[in-house]
Amino acid sequence: MSNVIWTSFQQTLYMVFWSTLFSVILGFIPAIILTLTAPDGLRPNKIVYETLSLIVNVFRSFPFIILLVIIIPFTRMLIGKAIGTRAAVVPLTVSAIPYIARIFETSLRETDPGVIEAARSFGASDWQILFRVYIKESIPRMLNGVILLIISLVGYSAMAGTVGGGGIGDLAIRYGYQQYKTDILFVCSLILIIFVQLVQMLGNYLYKKLS
Amino acid sequence: MIKLENVSKSFGDLEVLKDISLQINDHEIYGIIGQSGAGKSTLLRCINGLEDYQSGTISVDDVTVDLKDKKKLHLLQKEMGMIFQNFNLLERLDVYDNVALPMKFWGMKTKTPEAKKKIEDLISLVGLEDKIHARPRELSGGQKQRVAIARALVLDPKILLCDEATSALDPAITRGILDLLSKINKQMGITIIVVTHQMEVVKQICERVAFIKGGRVLQIGKPEELFIRPAKDIKAFLHEDSELLPEEGVNIQLFFTDESADEPVISQMARKLNIDFSISWAKLEDFRSNVYGSLVINVKEEDKDRVTAYLDSVKVLWEVLNG
Repeated sequence: MSNVIWTSFQQTLYMVFWSTLFSVILGFIPAIILTLTAPDGLRPNKIVYETLSLIVNVFRSFPFIILLVIIIPFTRMLIGKAIGTRAAVVPLTVSAIPYIARIFETSLRETDPGVIEAARSFGASDWQILFRVYIKESIPRMLNGVILLIISLVGYSAMAGTVGGGGIGDLAIRYGYQQYKTDILFVCSLILIIFVQLVQMLGNYLYKKLS
Repeated sequence: MIKLENVSKSFGDLEVLKDISLQINDHEIYGIIGQSGAGKSTLLRCINGLEDYQSGTISVDDVTVDLKDKKKLHLLQKEMGMIFQNFNLLERLDVYDNVALPMKFWGMKTKTPEAKKKIEDLISLVGLEDKIHARPRELSGGQKQRVAIARALVLDPKILLCDEATSALDPAITRGILDLLSKINKQMGITIIVVTHQMEVVKQICERVAFIKGGRVLQIGKPEELFIRPAKDIKAFLHEDSELLPEEGVNIQLFFTDESADEPVISQMARKLNIDFSISWAKLEDFRSNVYGSLVINVKEEDKDRVTAYLDSVKVLWEVLNG
């Protein structure tokens, strides 16, 4: 049994790790565009901002379980199949991109406008302000966002079990809940609790160190 | 030299600067004073191109500040360092890296021995050599402003713009910052423009001052002229009014400048003219270590001409306040 639990835990780690990585990379781009085109941004552009903002909102308001199903053709196109741990990374990533984009946008826009003005007064270009001021000053806040994302992806990855993603949450449902094995349900829950705690502790440590 | 000619600016329908003309000489400490919302910070931002203006011209050493000519503006901005009310330091950089930041914007190396020496010298100049690797949050307000001053000087500017730089600081710390600005002006010959609503600031360091109200320049002059003999609007700003003066007799205001402030004019006058009068109001002000004063005496109607003749003879400026 412990073997099954270990395998499931690895699957969870696999899904969470890759979907976090991909969504952070892919969510960063819309976050930057939103920050630059926001009304208080360096290149305010109402049309771009509102359109992108709407897309982000639409994707964020999709219930994950529905997204999971409707993007099956896309998943199949991308990795050749729609079932399995690898396949589950696709819907997880797709749902995480708008989430992290919004979190990064908020983190970036919290940058003190006075500091940006100071940089402009010294002749900084928009790109320099973006990288040396916005991003640099926001790193601790963005890291907090990533921790938040990892923890919610642990939860979502349990649902991804329904498309054959496996993982510890899926194990808890199939064995623990559907077969009335309370001990497995208990162990699985315990593992998730400990995992989330560890992630949060690591996040708090890094936040302190970086800020 | 900085020259403003008929500069006007509006935000939408709101006119914030109205036909402003003034001239700031090299190596001068120039004050721009007025209440919040008078347009003085906007004026400062127009000088270094952080904000655009609609009409008139601003030129710095005969180069026009023009937001459309990005290249020229960029080079001009290098000539002007700026410090702010809220210091505006980067929280995640230590003192050294904050001071070095403008150099990075200009693609200069900040770790070479020369750069290091320059940055460390500036940090010593502002008296923070023991805080060189501290983060802003470990510093007091006064120390943060010192870091900001060092940062503003790192590109070797000719001009330092100060936007309410001491408004967030208490009086003792303010004095220290103003002494530092004076020192920088004298040692490095940097022109300093100080925007403030605090008259102590102007009194302590400015050689000339422009008083701004509602986007207009009301008076330009030496601070002692402005404060000792203020125009009506400036009087209101200084919270001075003449309501407390006696209604009987004649109130004569005397102005003492540098040379006459130490002389016992009043007691001599009483002895020589053999008259009685009362002192209704007085103030002494310290301008860059020179004492200037103003006094209102109340004399009898019949003594008025003798008193004013005497004051003329001893070369004290005077003005009759009522009647």
